Amino acid sequence: MSSIFDPVDNKTLKAIKEKFGDAVLEAGLDKGDLVAIVTAGSLHDIIAFLRDTPELDFNMLADLFGVDYLPRKPRFEVVYSLHCIERNERIRLRVQLNEKKCEMDTVTDLYPVANWLEREAWDMFGVVFRGHPNLKRLLMYEPFDGHPLRRDYPINKRQPLIGPKN
Amino acid sequence: MALRPMLGGDNFLTTRLDKVIAWSRKFSLFPYPFVTACCGMEYMSVSSSHYDLDRFGAAFPRFTPRQADLLLVVGTISHKIAPILKLVYDQMCEPKWVIAFGVCTCTGGFYDNYATVQGIDTIIPVDVYIPGCPPRPETVLQGLMLLQEKIARQKQDY
Repeated sequence: MSSIFDPVDNKTLKAIKEKFGDAVLEAGLDKGDLVAIVTAGSLHDIIAFLRDTPELDFNMLADLFGVDYLPRKPRFEVVYSLHCIERNERIRLRVQLNEKKCEMDTVTDLYPVANWLEREAWDMFGVVFRGHPNLKRLLMYEPFDGHPLRRDYPINKRQPLIGPKN
Repeated sequence: MALRPMLGGDNFLTTRLDKVIAWSRKFSLFPYPFVTACCGMEYMSVSSSHYDLDRFGAAFPRFTPRQADLLLVVGTISHKIAPILKLVYDQMCEPKWVIAFGVCTCTGGFYDNYATVQGIDTIIPVDVYIPGCPPRPETVLQGLMLLQEKIARQKQDY
């Protein structure tokens, strides 16, 4: 298929393509790193599969963050970086989300570090993680109005609690 | 215990007493360094031996607001720590003074964004503003001397 990534012969990508079939929209090498774009509904199962299969054994969630591509639809993306310590292999899983339906399942039950990483994604972008034990703002204070790292949030917009008004 | 009315209001004796009390207050300041960011390095270098703060009597930082009289707000104040700063200021006893150290506390500095308080004078009253990013130690000492002049001019409460 004509993919935006370079094709590569890799055991991990083959394993997830064969188990999850059309939930994996694209897979390949993006400037030298393994990437796969997957659907939001299947992400939790794919990560559970990568973590629990003994041959693959991705035991570390290195990072989780959101991206806002404003003029493009789907607008948001959440990127998961998984790392296998024994084989020194990293894989990036990208999930694309619409502005209207900006929700997905949490991976806190698989990797406890995702607790704060998902709180930051919620705080900065507004991505809701279903099943998260404590989805509150992490970097901003609680009555903050809006999600600062979105592209349409003006950088010097003032908040009503303290200081001069807009 | 108001001593001033007992001595007869405003007269020669109370103005002399004002001067003595002001002299003793300005040369024995107990700063509370509320340090959050890079300006803390400049505060440390001002306190060290090269640009000595001890010769002004302000060497002894009290790390509790109950025992301090000078609140040195050093470094960027974000919206999350602003209520804590207000709480610390409220816990200090009179007489108290506030120095806004560094341009982030004066006006928000170059952090013109959603997360930084654009000047701590939106939260607490400030006596002396020391701009600079970070201010040179000589600037800090000049600011401290301005504060000392302000204390000398004030009507002391006793």
